[in-house]
Amino acid sequence: MATHEPLLLKNMSQPGYTGSLADYERAGGYQALKKVLGKIAPADITEMVKKSGLRGRGGAGFPTGVKWSFIPKDHPGPRYLVCNADESEPGTFKDRQLMERDPHQMIEGMILAAYAIGVRTSYIYIRGEFALGAKILERALAEAYQAGYLGADILGSGFALDLYVHRGAGAYICGEETALLESLEGKRGLPRIKPPFPATHGLFQKPTVVNNVETLSNIPHIVNRGPEWFAAIGNPPKSSGTRIFCMSGHVKRPGNYEVPMGITFREMIYDIAGGMRGEKPLKAFIPGGASAAFLMPRHLDVKLDFESVAQAGSMLGSGGITVMEEGTCMVWAAENLLHFFNHESCGKCTPCREGSSWLLQILRRIDHGKGKMDDLATLLRLCGNIAGRTVCAFGDAEIAPITSTLQYFREEYETHIREQRCPFQPQPAPELISVGHEERP
Amino acid sequence: MTSAFSQAAQARIPGLIARYAEKRGALLPLLWLAQEEQGHVSEEAMKEIAGLLGLTPPQVYETVTFYTMYNRRPIGKYHIQVCRSLMCALVGTDNLLGWIHAKLGIKTGQTTPDGFFTLSQVECLGSCGTGPMMQINDDYYERLTQDKTTRILDDLKREGKCPLATGPFMFPEPTAK
Ligand SMILES: Cc1cc2nc3c(=O)[nH]c(=O)nc-3n(C[C@H](O)[C@H](O)[C@H](O)COP(=O)(O)O)c2cc1C
Ligand code: SF4
Ligand code: FES
Repeated sequence: MATHEPLLLKNMSQPGYTGSLADYERAGGYQALKKVLGKIAPADITEMVKKSGLRGRGGAGFPTGVKWSFIPKDHPGPRYLVCNADESEPGTFKDRQLMERDPHQMIEGMILAAYAIGVRTSYIYIRGEFALGAKILERALAEAYQAGYLGADILGSGFALDLYVHRGAGAYICGEETALLESLEGKRGLPRIKPPFPATHGLFQKPTVVNNVETLSNIPHIVNRGPEWFAAIGNPPKSSGTRIFCMSGHVKRPGNYEVPMGITFREMIYDIAGGMRGEKPLKAFIPGGASAAFLMPRHLDVKLDFESVAQAGSMLGSGGITVMEEGTCMVWAAENLLHFFNHESCGKCTPCREGSSWLLQILRRIDHGKGKMDDLATLLRLCGNIAGRTVCAFGDAEIAPITSTLQYFREEYETHIREQRCPFQPQPAPELISVGHEERP
Repeated sequence: MTSAFSQAAQARIPGLIARYAEKRGALLPLLWLAQEEQGHVSEEAMKEIAGLLGLTPPQVYETVTFYTMYNRRPIGKYHIQVCRSLMCALVGTDNLLGWIHAKLGIKTGQTTPDGFFTLSQVECLGSCGTGPMMQINDDYYERLTQDKTTRILDDLKREGKCPLATGPFMFPEPTAK
């Protein structure tokens, strides 16, 4: 098994660490900020992050320093930094841990990022359900203001930054960066057509950088220990650094594990997460959150880095790995995910809005023993009409569970249709789990 | 006209509005404030917020209806939200719903006759490694068993709170070396 030193989870892994400002400072916190303010030019920080090879941890893996350098240099008026703490991709639960257990690590990262791109006002967009996380962040921000790490004249350097928590209110799509910006502006969370990109037309039409919680939490470490050190971790040059993988499903030890990129799924599932929970063999796994295509046991030796997973036909995405044992019905699994996508489609574009509900209806019909063989071709045709034809990447995400399960488990779909029933027992009690399109009151 | 906001809440409003370059940015925060005050966002509150932000009531309504967490009418005192997404379903969402049903006699969408509990199914709550799980009002309850579930519901009804609420979240918890 690869040896590794945790980076982001290091502080919180010390028993008794509370995430308070005092604890964070005792562990070396805010040293990076002191090293930078008034001593290193903003452009040099961006350069450093570029050189580190850090890529976004929010899903798309875009190089962070490059993103920062897209902000126009001499644009008049304000510019913004927004931390994407919407974490709603099924299978992903790492940002919650980073915020609740070591909030100052992320805040220090945000201050450094704001300094690098010349931002004076910044927001943390946190999903509404994370009420505790929002409370913890508010408390941490108050501590940081008190200590002079935020406010009008940070550590006497003349650099000023205000940082606010902004709570979402229950909409997965607000994790998509342009929908997030609409939501921050007080509107419905509908993704914008790109271009123009947020780097030039972002929040209130001003230049804006949106970065994920985990991405920003890496910044203090890069500043403290140097870009070369960071660039050498993991599987350089394309996949530098560690990542926190969220293990869920049928493994013995689910949870968050931080490892250098480049270890294999076999190591992750069987060594780190303890292997399969029951005696049953592995049937399939999702490598990067609900939006990523399913992979098979034959992909166990694929490396956990951006390029390798893409080559295997899926994506590293948000870092959520979901493991399914033999006996799990793949039609049921796809149906569950499509329930999610149908519920969360924002409705802006027709292929996604209409397509997601048709896809769900067909999957439900097949799972409940009422499918026809023609349905399989219809599913694929619908997927083909969604792929690449939508305003945002949600469209490509919602078809991944269907195209991949049809690719690997077509005979399972056919058995459902031929026998007019689900061949797997026991099934979740239908009257309890399939009660339709649940809405809050 | 009486306000939807208490005096303490009213005092916070200008500060919230000042956080945004355009007033409308404060819409979600003000809706949260209204819901904290009244348990839901009434039409009167929406009208009042529209006035505060220089918007029309339909502009406020349009935003409110996009988001699932704003309740537009009063609900049970405790809103049980069970995660139904795949990762939790793999490890027993149906069991959890069964335990709640056994204890309270309600199914999804229903409220207990005493008005204490409303049951909803929701999509992923960002706690997929610790399923089955549910959120009740602001609190998360994770790695649920029948015993824990029963105790949580009992505690809430009797004491108004339950020590089994989880967080600050870390899983697995660190162990002393
Ligand atoms: C449908 C959809 C949902 C997304 N949800 C999230 C999310 O919850 N959190 C997140 O950080 N990024 C999410 N993203 C990615 C963001 O759009 C954006 O790429 C990311 O926040 C950029 O940060 P990074 O460069 O640090 O990764 C989502 C993207 C899409 C298309
Ligand atoms: S693809 Fe779906 S979620 Fe994205 S903009 Fe279109 S309708 Fe909305
Ligand atoms: S799937 Fe239940 S919390 Fe994510």
